[in-house]
Formats: sequence, structure tokens, C-alpha cells
Amino acid sequence: MLQIDNLQATVADKPILKGLSLTINPGEIHAIMGPNGAGKSTLGYTLGGRPGYDVTGGSVSFDGRDLLELEPHERAAAGLFLGFQYPVEIPGVSFVQFLREAANAQRKGRGQEPLSGGEFLKLAREKAGLLRMDMDMLKRPVNVGFSGGEKKRAEMVQMGILDPKLAILDETDSGLDIDALRICGEGINAIMRKPDKAVLLITHYQRLLDYVKPDFVHVLADGRIIRTGGPELALQLENEGYEAVVA
Amino acid sequence: MTTLALPTRRDEGFRYSDVDALAGVWPVTREDITVAAGTSGSLEVVAIDGGTVARHLLITLDAGATFDLRVLNAGPSFGRIEVDVILGEGADFTLGAAQLATGAETVEIVTEVMHAAPDATSKQIIRTVLAGHSTGTYLGCIAVARGADGTDAEQSVRAMLLDRTATANARPELEIYADDVKAAHGCAVGELDAQGLFYLMSRGLTPPQAKRLMLQAFIAEAFAGAPGEEALSEAAVSRLEAIL
Repeated sequence: MLQIDNLQATVADKPILKGLSLTINPGEIHAIMGPNGAGKSTLGYTLGGRPGYDVTGGSVSFDGRDLLELEPHERAAAGLFLGFQYPVEIPGVSFVQFLREAANAQRKGRGQEPLSGGEFLKLAREKAGLLRMDMDMLKRPVNVGFSGGEKKRAEMVQMGILDPKLAILDETDSGLDIDALRICGEGINAIMRKPDKAVLLITHYQRLLDYVKPDFVHVLADGRIIRTGGPELALQLENEGYEAVVA
Repeated sequence: MTTLALPTRRDEGFRYSDVDALAGVWPVTREDITVAAGTSGSLEVVAIDGGTVARHLLITLDAGATFDLRVLNAGPSFGRIEVDVILGEGADFTLGAAQLATGAETVEIVTEVMHAAPDATSKQIIRTVLAGHSTGTYLGCIAVARGADGTDAEQSVRAMLLDRTATANARPELEIYADDVKAAHGCAVGELDAQGLFYLMSRGLTPPQAKRLMLQAFIAEAFAGAPGEEALSEAAVSRLEAIL
């Protein structure tokens, strides 16, 4: 589904990704762990197409297409979802309005009929319920006044509504209390653990992986994947620290 | 008072005007509106076609009168809306305005709100969106007469530049000759938040859709609570779509 080959990227002319390779197949859940500054968030933003994250080498193919050729909204329509570490507040724009437009823009990009207001609300209610989020919160401006945990749950509701093939979730576990962590973890499983979908979890900590069991765990350090293993690698990192494992 | 001589850009109130365009419609006849004591009125000024539009309103509010004025200045190659307001005791005036321009268009709102008697309130919300080489201006003077204590006057002026080649001028002014006065004014010129745009696009909105949604939110305040809020917003959005 996703094939990253020798990816190199810079931010403000500073090399951050230095030859990263990774293959994700349908049905797989991958976790990328690593110390601060390793390039984890840069990987997420580069795959999402954020301006300012410049690819200087390598290739990324997504479902057989050259991902790097696509604009951010085209990547979304192709089935990519980026869960933000810091979801952005947008005053004056309600979740419901924005998500309905986004869902329909994606459907249009795929040649599907738009959802009616009623169909969309039904879908939104179902996904909000999955994340134990009150529908009224989705009538409020995007992320404005939301707590850290509410923002992350709202990200997962968006993921549920947009129904991507591949979700790249950048530190979805940061800022979550124990209950919210479990709710988000269960939400990820319910929405994404399917034979035709895949997840790339970017995280510092093992705790999210208690709920979302990864098939593969990768260690990212200095812009490259330096080790790959199964779920036991995350436990080893938690016990021994990055320094011991990276050395 | 209608001045017959064509103003020049040396006249303060016309400093950023397109005086060549103005010459084609000069002199502009002032439209006088008087709202009797204790009654209320409202008006929408919608300029959405091309060409030159120049209007000059004088709104006089007697004691306890209220007036709700909404302006959509979005389409003329030169659009000038000049509003003079005289507030009697306890009168209340609201102006909500959106100006949207592109190309070489020039749009401007020029106001003078005179608090002539005590306890009157006025509120002006101006939102301007400028693309291309357009120019958008707000010149707004709030005058508080001697003895007009208990005045509460507010100006909120914001402009959004979609291109670095566009120009926004804003000059909020206060002239206060009374002691007990609340006058708040805020003024800001900015660009669309790049982080917000990327966030919306990462969810599948095209760049014009993402911009339009953020700008729709930006101008919403100008029409909030207006009797014709929905129709005004729709007209503004269709103009936004044409600009983007």
C-alpha cells in the first residue's frame, strides 16, 4: 500500500530525513518510535505534503501512485489521513460544516455522489459515538476551546468519517489521560483494523501500543530506520531506553 | 451639504479613493435618513455589480432610536460608501460591513459617528478581503461631543490580504470631548493562517475551498445578527468564490 524508498527531506534547508525506507502492506499496523528530533513528525508532515517540508531524494508510492506528485487534498482523496500531533484551531468554522465539505470533496475526487446533509449527520453521529464524543461538540468551531484530549478524540472522529485507507497518526497518544487513551486506541482499532486498511503510528511511548497492537515496530533515529522488530521491541525500548537500543 | 467641487486625494476622506472613477458619478447626492425617537430602522447597502458606486448616507438617530446598517461592498471597480451618523441620547447604531475586492478594484468605507448626546452606543465591524492589486480602505472617525457622557463606542477593523500585491488602509480615529466614555478600537491586517489552511486541505478540501471556508468565517461577524444575515452571507460567499 505504501512504499517509502530512501526518502530524504529537509526543513528550512536542514536535512531531517536521511534515507528512510519503509513498506506497509494492507492489514498491517506499524509503529515508529524514536527519541525527540529523530524526524518522526517530519515523516508524517512530508507524507501529508505540508508546505515547507521539502523532499530532496527518494520516492514514495501509495497504492501504485507517486504520492509526492500529489497536492495535500489529492493525497486525502487518494485515501491518506494525517492525524495531527497539535490539531489546529479554526475559529468560526464548525466541524460539521468543514467535515461535510471535506468528505464530499474527497468523494468528488473519487467520482462518487456527495453525501446529503442527513446522510452526513448520521455518519458523524455514529463515529462521534465510537469516540464517546457529544455531537454538540462537532457543531462548535474546529478545535476551538477543546482540551488536548478532546482534540485528539476529534481527530479520530474525523478519521472515522473520512474513512481513509492509510492513517498516519502523529503522537495521537500525547496529551491523553488514561481513559481517553483507551477510547482513542479502541477507536483506531474499530475504524482502521481491517484487511484493506493500514496504520502508521508515530509515538514516543509504548502505552498506546497496549491498545493498538502493532505488527511491526521501527526505531527511527537521525532520519533513518535503524531497527525493526515486533511488538516486543517497543517493550524493550520502554525498559531500556532509546540510548541503549540505538547504540 | 453637497460639495460641488470634485475632491482630490489631498482631501483626508478621499486619500485612497479612485478620483478618476469618482469624477464619473460626481456630485454624489447625500441620502438623509432620520429615525424618530424610540423607533428603529435598518438598511442594507449591497454593491455587487461592476462599475462605480458612490453612496453618501447621513443617518440621524433621535433619542432612544436604533439603526442597523449592513454593507456588502464587493464587486464595483470603485466602491465608496460614506456614512455619517449623528446619535441622540441613548441611541444605538450598528454597522457591519464586508468589502471584497480583486484585480485593480478600490473599495472603501468612510464613517463619521458623532455621539452628540449622552448614553448612546455605536458598534462598527469592518472585514475586508483583498486579492490581486486591489485596495481596501476604512477611514472611521468616532467623535464624542462635550457632555456626551456614558458613550460606548466600538470599532473592530480587520483586513485579510490574499496577495502581497494588495493594499489595505485602515485609520480608526477618536475625537473625545467628554469624560465618561468607553471607546474600544481594534485594527489588524493579516494573511490567512498557513497552518489552518494545511489542516483543512489535509482533510481533502481543495485550496480554494479551504481559503473560502476560512474567509467565510472571517467575514461572518460583519453580518451576525443582521435581519438579512443569510442572504448577505450567500452573496458574500459567491463573490469570494469568484475572487479565489
